[in-house]
Amino acid sequence: MLIRTHDASTPPVSDITPREVWRNRRQLLAAAGGTALGAALPALASTAAQASSAIMQGGDPKAQKLAATASKLSTPERATPYKVVTTYNNFYEFGTEKDDPVKHAHRLRTRPWSVRVEGEVAKPRSFDIEELLTLAPLEERIYRMRCVEGWSMVIPWIGYPLAELIRRVEPTSKARYVEFVTLADPKQMNGLAIPVISWPYMEALRLDEAMHPLTLFTVGLYGEVLPNQNGAPVRLVVPWKYGFKSAKSLVTIRFVEKQPNTSWMRSSPEEYGFYSNVNPEVSHPRWSQATERRLGEDGFMQRRRPTLMMNGYADQVGSLYAGMDLRRNF
Amino acid sequence: MRLSIAWIRGLVIAASMLPMVRLVLWPVLDWAGANPVEFVTRSSGTWTLVFLLLALSVSPLRRLTGAGWLMRLRRPLGLASFAYALAHLATWVWLEHWFEIAPMIGDVLKRPFITAGFAALVLLIPLALTSTDAMVRRLGRRWSTLHQLVYAAAVLAVLHYWWHKAGKADVTEPALYALALALLLGWRLVARLRR
Repeated sequence: MLIRTHDASTPPVSDITPREVWRNRRQLLAAAGGTALGAALPALASTAAQASSAIMQGGDPKAQKLAATASKLSTPERATPYKVVTTYNNFYEFGTEKDDPVKHAHRLRTRPWSVRVEGEVAKPRSFDIEELLTLAPLEERIYRMRCVEGWSMVIPWIGYPLAELIRRVEPTSKARYVEFVTLADPKQMNGLAIPVISWPYMEALRLDEAMHPLTLFTVGLYGEVLPNQNGAPVRLVVPWKYGFKSAKSLVTIRFVEKQPNTSWMRSSPEEYGFYSNVNPEVSHPRWSQATERRLGEDGFMQRRRPTLMMNGYADQVGSLYAGMDLRRNF
Repeated sequence: MRLSIAWIRGLVIAASMLPMVRLVLWPVLDWAGANPVEFVTRSSGTWTLVFLLLALSVSPLRRLTGAGWLMRLRRPLGLASFAYALAHLATWVWLEHWFEIAPMIGDVLKRPFITAGFAALVLLIPLALTSTDAMVRRLGRRWSTLHQLVYAAAVLAVLHYWWHKAGKADVTEPALYALALALLLGWRLVARLRR
């Protein structure tokens, strides 16, 4: 499959930086200390500084840091500020307002945590969170994120291709779809008290979508473990689909034969289809999807920007939908 | 006594404009969160509904309490509602659509929740234009007939909010507004039937 990179002329930092320098960049920077570094160690300084700029710095000093290599699949666009990414999102298990997740998600306990992988697989089993964090090399993937509501962000996620996990459980020939189930514990999640959607939240992908290299099994953002409100400790990120397809705080991954009836399809089938690929030409029944507002960047007094087909990932994922009527399979 | 009613009226007018100050000032001061346009849209819409329901509460309250002076609050409350409705419309026309006519017409025709909201606003326009003393005198009895349009506008406004929220599977807030409106209209219906 052809994977086009956005900026092929510039090699990723991980290719030009010695692995040891890369791994120890924070200590190197800390030891050398700020601006003195440039004078003392010019050669090392330039590589280390480049490396550190590739990994976005988070905003929570208490959060566990994650080392990750830069990915060729990252967009060169400016990342949305950490504060915006972590204070404005939908996570209905904590309430339906955009600031509910950041207000209430502190009650979520992310340790101990395990993800059950079951269904049409040769090797069903549970994965402990510590194993999930080290299952495959972590990459930083800076992706566009387009919400079905018409706003967007650019987020530096950390994770690895979901395919890495899928390979290890060996899907059977019957496995055609994959379900992703979010935790539903009323003791930790105040939003579950109101039946706004059928709990537990369940989203799903076709197996080939789940295996696609862009589909990220995500454990962090901005160089840190995922903040609770963004779907800690593990979530899905599918950058060419509307944000709600990327299920958060996963507890079960289930391989099935028939197309699942996801939570949103049950709740509002005429508004939310199974595929939910970002598509500026197919309107939501209540609003147009032709444009979007990039939060933290498009100022109060700026026009909305055009939304891109498949959120700008059409070159990479378009072949998954060859011959399909995207208006019917919305 | 006359002075104190004037004072109350003045206070109500001043208080009714406080949310307007907030919805202009907060985005300027960067206190409106990550999505300031959404903040302005929601705030102006909410206050339109609140003042519309307050204006509709005046008559029942006067009947229940016998306090005739309450009627002097009805016009400022109604005009406050109209002011927030205009701010709501301006946000949509300017910050959402940047004065592009075709997508706005498309929205009004194709999206029922926008159709309802737009219709509510259109109905409020003649009411605001005929709110002056001179117009009340000129229209005489027809003024009351004309101003019954406010009931239709209120129903459409609540419907607008309800349909906007419905797909998001959370209608708690619109249900509260619907309940308040049902009480206010139901009270009028019962009062009329008794007469």
